[in-house]
Amino acid sequence: MSDVVVGIGGAAGDGIDKSAETVAKTASRSGLHAYGFNSYQSVIRGGHIWLRLRMGQEKVHSHGDHTHALIALNQDSIERHAPEIESGGAILFNADKLRINIPVRDNVLTVPLPIAELTKPLGAIQPVMQNTVALGALIFLLDFDFDVASSVLADTFAHKGQGVIDQNVGVLKAGYNYARERFVPLGHKWNFTRKRRPYLTGNEALSIGAVAAGCKFYSAYPMTPASGILTWMAEHSERCGVVVKQMEDELAVANAAIGAGYAGVRSMCGTSGGGFALMTEAIGMAGMIEAPVVFVEVQRGGPSTGIPTKTEQADLNQVYGASQGDFPRIIIAPKDTRDCFDSAVEAFNLAEKYQCPVIIITDLLLSEHPETVEPEYFSADVPIDRGEMVSGWKNGNGAFKRYAFTKSGISPRTIPGTADTLYIAATDDHDEEGVLISDVFCNAAIRRKISEKRMKKMDLALRDLPAPQIEGRADADVTLIGWGSTEGVIREAVQQLNASGTRTNQLHFKYLLPFHGKEANEILKRAKRTICVEQNATGQFARHLRAETGHSVSDQILKYDGEPFEPAQISAQVRAIVAGQPRSLDVTESEAREIAYHYVRVHLNDEFRPGRVQKAAGNGLGEALWKIDVVTREGGEKRGELQVGVETGSTYSWQPVR
Amino acid sequence: MATIVELPIYSFEGLVDPDWCPGCGDFGVLKSVKMAAAKAGVAPKDLVIVSGIGCSSNLPGYVHAYGVHSLHGRSVAVATGIKLANTSLKVVMTGGDGDGYGIGIGHFIHAMRRNLDLTYVVMDNQIYGLTTGQASPTTMKGQRTKSTPLGNVELPINPLALALVSGATYVARGYSAEPNHLADLIAGGIQHKGFALIDVFSPCVTYNKVNTFAYFKKRVYKLEAEKGYDSNNVSAAMERSAEWGDRIPIGLLYKDEQPTYEDSERVFQKGPLTQQPLRADKAVFQSLIDENL
Repeated sequence: MSDVVVGIGGAAGDGIDKSAETVAKTASRSGLHAYGFNSYQSVIRGGHIWLRLRMGQEKVHSHGDHTHALIALNQDSIERHAPEIESGGAILFNADKLRINIPVRDNVLTVPLPIAELTKPLGAIQPVMQNTVALGALIFLLDFDFDVASSVLADTFAHKGQGVIDQNVGVLKAGYNYARERFVPLGHKWNFTRKRRPYLTGNEALSIGAVAAGCKFYSAYPMTPASGILTWMAEHSERCGVVVKQMEDELAVANAAIGAGYAGVRSMCGTSGGGFALMTEAIGMAGMIEAPVVFVEVQRGGPSTGIPTKTEQADLNQVYGASQGDFPRIIIAPKDTRDCFDSAVEAFNLAEKYQCPVIIITDLLLSEHPETVEPEYFSADVPIDRGEMVSGWKNGNGAFKRYAFTKSGISPRTIPGTADTLYIAATDDHDEEGVLISDVFCNAAIRRKISEKRMKKMDLALRDLPAPQIEGRADADVTLIGWGSTEGVIREAVQQLNASGTRTNQLHFKYLLPFHGKEANEILKRAKRTICVEQNATGQFARHLRAETGHSVSDQILKYDGEPFEPAQISAQVRAIVAGQPRSLDVTESEAREIAYHYVRVHLNDEFRPGRVQKAAGNGLGEALWKIDVVTREGGEKRGELQVGVETGSTYSWQPVR
Repeated sequence: MATIVELPIYSFEGLVDPDWCPGCGDFGVLKSVKMAAAKAGVAPKDLVIVSGIGCSSNLPGYVHAYGVHSLHGRSVAVATGIKLANTSLKVVMTGGDGDGYGIGIGHFIHAMRRNLDLTYVVMDNQIYGLTTGQASPTTMKGQRTKSTPLGNVELPINPLALALVSGATYVARGYSAEPNHLADLIAGGIQHKGFALIDVFSPCVTYNKVNTFAYFKKRVYKLEAEKGYDSNNVSAAMERSAEWGDRIPIGLLYKDEQPTYEDSERVFQKGPLTQQPLRADKAVFQSLIDENL
């Protein structure tokens, strides 16, 4: 086993994030790679949180397909996830409060932890420290180094003093010893290289990249999942010399960022889809006055308020179409955490070189999941190109030509405070000197030339950006196409497909505008079967690909349930497509169970849980049904039956058992 | 305090002439803005005039200075970014009542509560002029306009009272037919450390047939001439801000010295952002990586 996936389930407020971080950092400090994904909900307490943490000897690119070890912090988590744990895995839980009340797979180790008894010698402990007991046992079962784990706790609680550190390490040790005395490790063989890699999120990597690139101004309005950038920037503001301004709304956010960019500092703002919608008029302004600004759009599930804590890639149309009129814009979709750092640096250089708005589009998955990144990827010595910034104007003939019509389309730029280069940056269209050509003194000829001047910058930018390339074998029967954050999970799906005999390669897009239509078309012409993999409902990228290349993809794999792709979900669908199997949008058995969970929560006060799930004839409803037993959570006795349409997913009836 | 060296007004002569209607109140305001900048001794290269959209928002194009003729309602937000990027600049916003008190009112209120060191000159003609005569946020109740043919049913915004309760530290009202008086008010605003609002009666001679020069001529009086008026007294200022009818006050209503937003921003202790080193310090950068180990 070269990697292991640990699942931690509980409610919001249970300290799941911190517990996972302790395990992840234990792994990363030992020289392993780690990747965490927290499937959380928009509540501060309660709800169901399911965090998966994958750790491996080699780089891992997703949270994987299987769960090997479960730490259950409440009964709900046992009921939901204990049956998923792989044979050879383990289930750890607080035996004082919880019990395994649901069948689990063969050869799964159950580890009931007597928390009160184990922690009694350590004095009064916080309830959240039950997690630490479980972590101690897990560290033993995974064959991790106890001392490394305790060093992580020591650093985590350094600000709380030695007493708190000692207590936590003591609790960790209690769990570790308890497991050591009773069990043997699960059999993972690690080569601890001790190479330490930072474990960080996309939002953090992007923020660090911005600081390296010389970002001096960041404005934002709180919005999940972009808030991580705001809080990181606020926390590091003084240390990094970045003025961080929380504004009253995203209109102000975007306009203030543009003001700062105009005034001569490297400026960035960030938001999610809804806030970006409010920013769009300002983005056109940045294009018109040729102000360099970086906009970050961290997508979440839409439309409207949508599913604020879930992931999606459905704002592509919005970033392509943001604001009225034609203007140059550059759109970059980083493909992984490391690339968030690189993309931030590139974005600032492109914004100043081409004097236009640059949009970085990420998503909840990429922005919020932490993973290990090779430390040498991060350097303070990043390239910085401020473009045609000039310190004065020597011409002497008339006013400064801020918008000079040049062959490249790029004009000299100065910052306010510079003598002899005074100009007005106007959102009305204007001539070379910035004088208005709108309203009373319209001028068709100047309008045509300034429009061409602005758009010419896009031709130049296209030549500046690397073209997309095929990754993997040349003799592939299937080419998987993606953009942005799905690069890693598609890469793992490609590996799975090649391992199982489907010759597959990958074509991934990072630079979405300007678009390498010609180069992409050369690749696509040669591909035998193209399948576009996207996390949205309508295949937004496939449509843009068709517009730019004329190539219609052979098939699409779309996911829009808010949860990120797992590699096997992609590879299984590819195999089905290749085998010519019909595609179905029917409710699956596990989805039927999810729908039942929702019903139980809303109408039955969470007193029950779904039990057996069976398919049955429609009985006059016009579609087949899932019949889901609703059973008592303790004894599993049937208390009723819920009927859910297989095709529509509608909840038809709830029949209590008489 | 640095000695103020007054500049000749022609230093601020813009590239083109205004295209406002003959007789527009904004001509007087334009003149006063230039006089104020000259009086305050702000070099054109250090002056940034930021406007929104509307007849009056064309003003930056008529002044020799840096400027942004931004989007409708967004001048205050753009100016906030400019000021925070380079605190050594003098940033003046100009615009109309629709721009500032209608579509942009959110930014206006928040900028005041931040007490940013900005000066805001609002040419208040109580009508939407550029779009040919619809009701604005300061149109009087009952007034017939193109969008309120039966009479405006809404109460007007009281910008002075709003500024007083929102934390502005310099609140004044001028009248475009009194350019010297107005120039003094604007110059005072530029020199004041903190957010300054100068609301200006600037009649629209084409679309507002109620609030005309004649209307104001017989009503306005100068607070400076009022015996015993104390512009440090917020209650007195509040009282005068509500005065409307036969007598309408112009002049400096209120002034207070309070720390500005810029004073509290620690990053500025090392100077304006435009003058700080671009590259991250290597040790600081390494610490950003190391905290994730």
